[in-house]
Amino acid sequence: MLANQIGYYSLISGFFFSILIIPVSIKNFNNKNQIIDNKIFSISFFQFFFVLVSFFGLILSFVNSDFSNEAVFNNSHTTKPLFYKISGTWGNHEGSLLLWLLVLTLFIFIFLIKSTNQPKKYRILTLLFQQVIIIGFFLFLLKTSNPFNYLFPIPKEGLGLNPILQDPALAIHPPILYLGYVGSSIIFSSSLAAVVEKHISTVWAKHIKVWILVSWIFLTFGIMLGSIWAYYELGWGGFWFWDPVENVSLMPWFCLTALVHCILVLEKRLLLSSWTVILSIATFMLSMSGTFLVRSGILNSVHTFANDPERGIFILIFLFTLIFFSLAIFFIFHKENNQKIVEIYWLSKETSILFNNWFLMYFLSVVLIGTVYPIFLEVLSDEKISVGPPFYHKLIIPFLIPFLIFMSIGPNLNWIKSKVKKINIKIILSFLFSLLISLLILRKIGYVGLINTILILAAFYLFFITIKDFFLKKFKNYSQNFSHFGFSLLILSILFNSILSSEKITNLKVGEKFSFREETIIFESIESTENKNYKSIIGYFKIKDKQNNSIQLKPELRIYNQPIIITSEADIKTTLHYDKFLVMNLVKDNEYFNVRYQIKPFMIWIWISTVLIIIGGLLSLFKRLYEK
Amino acid sequence: MYGKKVKLRILFLFLVLASIILSVYLILKSLEENVVYFLSPSEIKNLTEINSNKIRIGGMVKNKSIIIKSEEINFIITDFKNEINVSYSGSVPNLFAEGKGAVAEGYLKDRSYFNAVKILAKHDENYMPPEVKEAIGDK
Repeated sequence: MLANQIGYYSLISGFFFSILIIPVSIKNFNNKNQIIDNKIFSISFFQFFFVLVSFFGLILSFVNSDFSNEAVFNNSHTTKPLFYKISGTWGNHEGSLLLWLLVLTLFIFIFLIKSTNQPKKYRILTLLFQQVIIIGFFLFLLKTSNPFNYLFPIPKEGLGLNPILQDPALAIHPPILYLGYVGSSIIFSSSLAAVVEKHISTVWAKHIKVWILVSWIFLTFGIMLGSIWAYYELGWGGFWFWDPVENVSLMPWFCLTALVHCILVLEKRLLLSSWTVILSIATFMLSMSGTFLVRSGILNSVHTFANDPERGIFILIFLFTLIFFSLAIFFIFHKENNQKIVEIYWLSKETSILFNNWFLMYFLSVVLIGTVYPIFLEVLSDEKISVGPPFYHKLIIPFLIPFLIFMSIGPNLNWIKSKVKKINIKIILSFLFSLLISLLILRKIGYVGLINTILILAAFYLFFITIKDFFLKKFKNYSQNFSHFGFSLLILSILFNSILSSEKITNLKVGEKFSFREETIIFESIESTENKNYKSIIGYFKIKDKQNNSIQLKPELRIYNQPIIITSEADIKTTLHYDKFLVMNLVKDNEYFNVRYQIKPFMIWIWISTVLIIIGGLLSLFKRLYEK
Repeated sequence: MYGKKVKLRILFLFLVLASIILSVYLILKSLEENVVYFLSPSEIKNLTEINSNKIRIGGMVKNKSIIIKSEEINFIITDFKNEINVSYSGSVPNLFAEGKGAVAEGYLKDRSYFNAVKILAKHDENYMPPEVKEAIGDK
């Protein structure tokens, strides 16, 4: 009760401070003084502090199962374990928006105290643009999705959190993803401020690169967590389904990855400044549209729990206003640095980064069109369609080949101009080496189609080139090496995983068995136990191979009490070589269980390589932070 | 003559335009080939021709229609006006049951027989895919 009140009033106080910042900083902006008024720091701190208190208030309401709060009533239950009571705070629409707001206010405060080496006017303008976003979110929260709505009479029991969300990976997936999304808001505000103040320079590029890297790392990590969760919890045995909600997180990632690269060009050569700004705007807009598409109920998908047109319209108007104003600011204020004539040569690092950006934008448009086309078609013609994986595979896979080749060659070129002579014996050797390895592997697994063959070759090429660079260049560019190496490993493991995976789906009674490849799978028994908020049915399966070695897998069915939902928990035996994945489903009122058994080679390498990609980002971030 | 810089600009713009046109063309073309249409049993009854494209059908699983064998599941999807027989071998979602809504993806054999390759998961007892809701009217 009390926590709820405190949460609500502290949210209102936060809103008050976020409005207060605007006149104070405008006054300071027009001041001749070269330093930022201390008042601004304190107001910004209070803004963050009150949102933080409000967020803790909501967490407390969830922990105490205070059902006088509507959000708690809709998403929690007394029998839920404490951990999921807490994670339930952001597992719903209202709480997750409060978290967005919290991160927004935190980031702008950090920005203010960490950007002291930048011009005053630029910092204040960034703050102002960021405040526009923050105030928009305050209004959105208070008007359409107040997390502290009061319920009377007070219900005795809550409706519970959707059980598929009661999972450790999914408890931290939204906060991590949001850190990435919201980080892009700082990039957005600061690049607009830099445009207005004509501050787009090497100094600015250096400073904003930290924010770009931070957002990129969190976004990548967030997407990876979601993917791992989908793999073991949804029970379909895949890790990426081209579901609209997954696509929505991938789109800003493409933009941000393009930005990570083109900011280098801006930093070293002061080129591509307009492109950098456009990418910054696009990244944030895609993050916002992501929230809009997921939360408005437009996407018919796993995550669609909220379904409220008013919210959708609010975000849509907010989004279009931001797009309109940011583009207006860009076109009115932006001037290219035209003073000196810049030479651009075909064979140079900047050109290859341009190509990299070109491909990323292409991937982005494929995913964008595949995601929004069905929505538009339904609105316009009432036809209902869905766009499946074949669409994405067909359009993306072939273009990965040149993408990989540019990834291997690009980092070996010089800035400004490279000579063809640089293509030396080591590069040719790496190529021959990858050719040999690919041939050996193909001999073993058989012909896999022309495109896959070339793709394997290209990925191996990148693989060896990055290893060579890592050791021969005396760790000069290790962060790039790590990420590119991780990417080649990712492509290779995804490829081999999808080519070599095999599965068997069958309906089985207890005591029956089936054979698959060289193994026999025996459904030995079931056992049911009562847990705090679910009843579980565990199936005991024995898997025997030809040499009579056997392992046991115990997939589980959970029947949750509130809401009544059955989930399947797959049991996965992971080794470096392959995953054995077994999941069972219940067919209602029937003695049969629907059993799916899969052997998925190199599954763990998909996660390992993603972690390598992230480590590359982290290394680059630390390098930047210690340079100062 | 134009300066070197202008020439470079024009070349660059030309490349950008060309690549945009090319990628839009590619995307639209493959969109045409890869979309999956959603039909209700009544719409299937009224089809003039059966083609071999993958489609999705949705409606209620008819009561007492699920027959399970070890390799196959057979059931009937109905929208209370027309129904269609579905045969399926593969994994079923947990909430798949008689009297509940379901969406199946696969190929039509004829107007009353459907070979499913996937049954789409639903995640909540009360949740009904919007397509299904529409297909069976407001029951």
